[in-house]
Amino acid sequence: MSISVSMNVNGKAVTQECPANTTLVDLLREKLQLTGTHVGCDTSQCGACTVHMNGRAIKACTILAAQCEGAEITTIEGLGDANNLHPMQEAFRECHGLQCGFCTPGMIMSAVDLVNREPSLDETIIREGLEGNICRCTGYHNIVRAIETAARKMRN
Amino acid sequence: MYDFNYHKPSSIDEAVALFIDLEDAVYLAGGHTLLPSLKLRLAAPTDVIDLAGIPGLGDIDYAGDDLTIGALTAHDDVATSPVVQSVIPALSALAAGIGDAQVRNRGTIGGSVANSDPAADYPAAVLGLDATLVTNQRSIAVDEFFTGMFETVLEEGELLTAIRFPKPEAAAYVKYPNPASRYATVGVFIARTTKGVRVAITGAAPSVFRATEMEAALNVDFSENALAGISLDADMMNEDLHASAEYRAHLCTVMARRAVAQLS
Repeated sequence: MSISVSMNVNGKAVTQECPANTTLVDLLREKLQLTGTHVGCDTSQCGACTVHMNGRAIKACTILAAQCEGAEITTIEGLGDANNLHPMQEAFRECHGLQCGFCTPGMIMSAVDLVNREPSLDETIIREGLEGNICRCTGYHNIVRAIETAARKMRN
Repeated sequence: MYDFNYHKPSSIDEAVALFIDLEDAVYLAGGHTLLPSLKLRLAAPTDVIDLAGIPGLGDIDYAGDDLTIGALTAHDDVATSPVVQSVIPALSALAAGIGDAQVRNRGTIGGSVANSDPAADYPAAVLGLDATLVTNQRSIAVDEFFTGMFETVLEEGELLTAIRFPKPEAAAYVKYPNPASRYATVGVFIARTTKGVRVAITGAAPSVFRATEMEAALNVDFSENALAGISLDADMMNEDLHASAEYRAHLCTVMARRAVAQLS
C-alpha cells in the first residue's frame, strides 16, 4: 500500500509518497537523503538511528513513517552545521567523544534530549541516560565528558 | 517487513469495526514489540491499525482512590507523571526502569500488558496491584487476565483501552534486569493493600504469576525473615541462555526479600 505522509523535518515541511511499511529512518535516508541518521542494528537496541520526534529522543528504525504524520522531526543535520555547531557537537569535538564516529549522531541526539530533560546531570545520570546508545569502539569515557561539558554550555 | 495496509482510525468504535472487517489485522500502539516482530516476519498482518489517532487513550486520571492510565500512555509519561509518582511511586519507578530512554518515549503500557511478554515489567505491577483491565467491551479483573506466555483473555479484536489501579497502602518493585535488554530476568512486585499482601513475579515463568506461599507468609509476618524458608519450584521456571531454572527460582526469593526490605 502506498501512502502519503507529511511531517516537518528540520524545520521544513515535507510530503512524501512511500510504501506503508517504510520506517522513519528509511524515509530520512533514502527519500530525503539525510544520511546523518545511521542504521546500526535495525532492532531498536543500538541507538545509532536516534532522532527527535516532537522534542523527544526516539529510535527511527522502530517507528513507521506513517506514525510521524504531522510530527516535528529533528535529525543531526537539523541540530547544527559545519560552520555553526550545536554546543553538543562542539563538545564531542573538543573532548574527542568519538572514535569511528558511527554511533555519534545517535549519541548526540540522545545527549541533547537528556540535557533538556534532566535539571541536573552527573556521571551516573549520563551513563544511565545513554543506555539506549551503544558504542562498539567502547569510547564511553570521553562521550560522558563531552556531555558534561556541553550541559554546562547549554545551561549558560 | 512485508507490506501491509495502514489505517489510522479516530475512535475506538472505528478501530474495532476495521479490525472485524479486515482480513488479518493488528492494532499498533507504540510499536516496540510489533515492529520488531514484523521485521523478523514473525507476524505478517494484511492490515495495521494505528491507535495513535484516537483521543483520550493517553490520559492519566486519579479519582476515588483509583489511578487510571490510558492504554496508549508511554512508559516515560508514567515514569514522570507527578500524579503517578505521588499515588503509586513504585509504578513510576518500574516504568523508569523499562528498556532505555528512547524505548520509554514510544513503548506503551497497554501494548506491554496486552502482549503479556513473560519478561515484561508491567504485568508484575498490574497483577501485584490487583488492577482492572478496561476494554472496549468489559472490565476484566487481573487475576483472570494473564493466561500464559504471550496469552491473555482478550478476544479477537477486543481493545484494551485503560488500566485501573487501586491505590495500595505501599508497594515496591525490584528486578534483576538482563544486563543488555533491561527486561526482567526476574522481577517481583509486592503490594500491601487493604485486602492483604500481593506478590506478583514476572520474568521467572511462562507468564506473570502470584507467589501465594509468599503472600501467606507475609500476611502473617511482613518481614524479610518470613520469606527466608520459601523456595519456589524450579520446575515451573523458564530456562534460557540468560539464567537456569534453578537460578530464576533462587532470584524470586532474593528479589522478594529486597522488595520487602524497601517496604519495611
